Amino acid sequence: MDNHWIELVSIVCAALTVSFGAIGPALAEGRSVSAAMDALARQPEAASTISRTLFVGLAMIETTAIYCLVIALLLLFANPFLR
Amino acid sequence: MTNSPFKHEVLLHLGPLTITAPVVTTWGVMLALVLGAAWLRSRLSVRTPGRVQALAELALDLVQTEMRSTMNADPAPFLPMIATLFVFILTANLSGLIPGVEPPTAALETDLALALAVFAAVLGWGIRRHGLWGYLRSYAQPSLLVLPLNLIEALTRIVSMSVRLFGNIMSGVVISTVVLGLAGLLVPVPFMALELLTGLIQAYIFTVLAMVFIAAAASESSEPE
Repeated sequence: MDNHWIELVSIVCAALTVSFGAIGPALAEGRSVSAAMDALARQPEAASTISRTLFVGLAMIETTAIYCLVIALLLLFANPFLR
Repeated sequence: MTNSPFKHEVLLHLGPLTITAPVVTTWGVMLALVLGAAWLRSRLSVRTPGRVQALAELALDLVQTEMRSTMNADPAPFLPMIATLFVFILTANLSGLIPGVEPPTAALETDLALALAVFAAVLGWGIRRHGLWGYLRSYAQPSLLVLPLNLIEALTRIVSMSVRLFGNIMSGVVISTVVLGLAGLLVPVPFMALELLTGLIQAYIFTVLAMVFIAAAASESSEPE
């Protein structure tokens, strides 16, 4: 019956991890896209460089959200306390 | 509940070895790449370049330009490693589009192996450039106080590179599976298109990071005598 509580807490924590882990990257991606739009409006001729850098930067930012997702999946599928 | 992304389907046992699905897919991807490269090589010609050769030369030129601008060095010594990494990761990521095949990069072990290969390359080029003692000493630059930080950085690099690739590819697989279960046929197609883009970008990022790390180890000129 102890495992029952651990399962419950793990699921709640996994949901919390993903939700809070999504907030930061969402704000950061919004800022970077708006900055890229600014730069595009000022210098449309640099569009290829800007968009390439933007994509790489977005993928880097997204990584933090992916880390949270991996932690959540670890809690759900590979929980060290549920053995 | 869907299957755990950390456990893999065991296909067969070879003595003490258990062969899982990602291993088979990895070897399949490697076989396809080697056969494709051998076929392309047998068709190379200086006089009458075919279409495939023109395409391959275009891609090679693109990779070399990219490497030159990222590494600020002659790309020739690093080209085999970097280009192979990129082609392998790209093929592995996109192999998920074949029905019934799960991309091998959606297994944490594959990504860890790739990150360890990059780490070994960083060590190798650093030692070749500075000598063993000189390279080890570069971890304690500028003072001995930063030694633990540099060691932790070297370790977290491996973890972050492998978890980044794993998380992105695996999340694509999980999302496709969940959407397929919820909505059914043809609905996951836009998600698979997104997965295509993610696979391309993640292959690019992994390669760029490998380039940056290797270039930093191989060309660090701030060498106090």
